[in-house]
Amino acid sequence: MSNLYRLSSLLPGQSATVQALHVDSGFQFRLNALGFRTGKIIELIRVAPFNGPFHIKLGNTEVMLRQQDAANIEVLM
Amino acid sequence: MKRIALLGMPNAGKSTLFNRMSGAGAKVANWPGVTVDLLSAKLLLAGQMAELVDLPGIYDLHGFSDDEQVVRHFLCNNSIDLIIIVANATQVERQLTLALQLKSLGLPAVLLLNMSDEAKKLGITINTSQLGDELGYPVSLISAKYGQGYTDAYHLIEKTLQNSPASPALSLEQDFAVDQQLEDKLEQIIRHSVEVPVQTSHSTTEKLDKLMLHPWLGLPLFFTIMYLMFEAVYTLGSPLQDGVAWLLEGFRDLALSPLLSTLPPLLNSFLLEGVFDGVATVASFVPVIVLFFLFMAIIEDSGYLSRAAFLMDSLMTRLGLDGRSFVMLLMGFGCNVPALMGTRTMRSRGLRLLTMLVIPFSLCSARLQVFVFMTTALFAPSQAPLVLFSLYLMTFVTVIITSLIFKGRFNSHEPFALELPPYRFPTSKQMILRGWHEVRHFLHRATKFITIGVVLVWILTNMPFGVEPASSASWSGLIGEFMSPILSPAGINPELTVALIFGFVAKEIVIGALAVIYGLEGSSLMQGIAQQIDWVQAYSFMLFTLIYTPCLATIATLRSEAKSGWYTALSIAWPLTLAWCVSTGFYQAARYLGY
Repeated sequence: MSNLYRLSSLLPGQSATVQALHVDSGFQFRLNALGFRTGKIIELIRVAPFNGPFHIKLGNTEVMLRQQDAANIEVLM
Repeated sequence: MKRIALLGMPNAGKSTLFNRMSGAGAKVANWPGVTVDLLSAKLLLAGQMAELVDLPGIYDLHGFSDDEQVVRHFLCNNSIDLIIIVANATQVERQLTLALQLKSLGLPAVLLLNMSDEAKKLGITINTSQLGDELGYPVSLISAKYGQGYTDAYHLIEKTLQNSPASPALSLEQDFAVDQQLEDKLEQIIRHSVEVPVQTSHSTTEKLDKLMLHPWLGLPLFFTIMYLMFEAVYTLGSPLQDGVAWLLEGFRDLALSPLLSTLPPLLNSFLLEGVFDGVATVASFVPVIVLFFLFMAIIEDSGYLSRAAFLMDSLMTRLGLDGRSFVMLLMGFGCNVPALMGTRTMRSRGLRLLTMLVIPFSLCSARLQVFVFMTTALFAPSQAPLVLFSLYLMTFVTVIITSLIFKGRFNSHEPFALELPPYRFPTSKQMILRGWHEVRHFLHRATKFITIGVVLVWILTNMPFGVEPASSASWSGLIGEFMSPILSPAGINPELTVALIFGFVAKEIVIGALAVIYGLEGSSLMQGIAQQIDWVQAYSFMLFTLIYTPCLATIATLRSEAKSGWYTALSIAWPLTLAWCVSTGFYQAARYLGY
C-alpha cells in the first residue's frame, strides 16, 4: 500500500516518488530543470536551522527548497 | 566574423570554459536587444577570427527570470553561427533539456559535457557518439577546470563552425514552449547513451555537509570561517601593504623627487604631492585586494555560498529577503556592482528591489582599503582585525534595520529552489587568473577616475593661488567649513569631509584624497592622521564611509537595473540619512561615556 503525501511532511532520511507539482508555470519550469519530474525519486537529507528550507537530493543533484514550497509538491511513499 | 555563443545551466562550468578559451582578452560589450552587458572575446578558430559571447547561465529558454529573458532577447536579435552548450556531465539526465530545446529551434550547436573528471569518479559512463547521433549535435567530453579533452573539443568546434551556415536571428513569435515530446525524447536518449550507477554520491561532499550544515554548528561555523578569512587578509595583507608602500616611498625619494626638482614649485607639487602621492597610496593596497579576492574566489568556487543561503534562508525570510539575498550580500564584499547584477535571477520585483537596496551596505573591497588604512593608523595591531570585523558586522546591522523598515513597501513571496553543488576546490591557475583580473580591474580604475579624483582634490587643496595647501583659505578648506555644521556632530573634521565628498565617486579616492589633503604619504600619512584625530572620530568616519553611497558605479547599476527614478533617489537618500544617524549616534554616545 502506498500513500500520497505532501513533500513537506517527509522526515529527514525518508525517500519518496514525485507525483505532481502544484505550482505556477514559471516555478514549474525551474523545478523541472532541476530534476523534479513525475516518477523521480527524491530524498530529504536535512532541514536547515530555525525550521528553514529542505535539503533535497534528486539523482546527482542536490537542491534547497523551502518548506512552504515543498507543501505544493505531491509525493508517493 | 563568425559569432559563437556560450550557453549553459548555472554551475555547469561555463565561465571556466570561457576563461580558458578567451585567455585574458575578454571585454564587456553591448548587444542588440539586450539591455545588459555581456562578456565577449575574439579568438582564432579554423584560420579565421570568431567572436565568443558568454551568455548568462540559465535553466531553460522559456523561464521568467531576467537572465532567461536576456538569453532569449539575444537569440532573437543576433544571428549566430554556433552555440556551444556547456552541460555538467554528472547531471546530464536533466541538463540535456537545454540542448533539446535549442535543437527544436533549429539552432546550430555543439554539446560539451563538462566535469568529465567528476563523472568518471562517480562511475557515470556516457556514450558520446550514440548521444550525438540521437541528439543531432556533435558531443565531446571535457574538463574545463583541468583542460582534459580540450583539444578534441576545439577541433570539434572548428569543424562544426566551418560546416554550419549562419543561422539568422530567431523571430520573437518562435515557439519557446516545451512539450511532453521533448521530455520523452530526453528519457529515451539518456536510457540509450548514459549509464549511471544506482548509488552515486559525492562522499566527501556528504561528509563535509554533515558538519557544515549541522543544525546547531552550521551557522557558528560559517561566521568563524568568515572571521578567519578577514583575519587572514589583514594579517597577511598589512605587511605586504607596508612593503609596497615602502617601495613606492623609496621610488619617490630617490628617483622621482630629484627628477622633478627642476620644475616650477607648483607643477612639482602637483605631480609629486597630487598625482603621485594620491595614486601611490591607493596602489599600496593592491596586495590586500588581491589577497582578499583570492580568498573570495576559493569560497565562491567551493560551493559554500549556496550552503550559506541554505543556512540563512529562514532568518532572511523574516527580514523580507531570502537566502539568495544573503549570498548577494556576501558577493558584495568583493564588489557591489556584480552583486547587484546577480539579483537578476530573482523573479519577484519587490524582493529584488529590497535586496538591491541593502547590497550597497556590503563592505566592498574598495571600502576595505579605507578601513585597513584607518585601523592600522589608529588601533593597535591586536585590535585592528576585531575593529575590521565589527565593521563587517555593521553591514548586517544596517541590512537588518533597512529591511525591517522597508520590507512592507517591497513585499513579496517568491518560491525558489537553489542548487547545492558538490564542494570543489579551485585550481591554482584559476586563482592566479582571478588575482590578475583584480589587478587589471584596479589599474583600469586607477588610470581613470582615481587619477582624476586625486587631481581634483589637489586643485581644491591648493587653489586659489598662493594659499597654504589645505588651509581654511583653500577651496577644500572652505567646503569643509561649509559642511562642518552637518558633519561635526559626527566628529568628522573638515579634511575628512572633503575626502568623503570625493568618496562619493569611488571609495579608493578617499585615501588618495587624504594623502593629497595632508600632503603626506605612506606611514607618515598614518602618523599625521593619528595625531589629528582619535579613535572615536576615526570609527565614526569609518561608519559613515561604510554606510553612505558606495560609488557612482553602484548608483549607475542600481538605476539601470531598477529602471526607476524614485527608487534610485531612495537608494541615495536613505543610506546618507542612515550614515549620518549611525555616525552621530556613535560619536555622541562615545563622547558622553567619556571616551
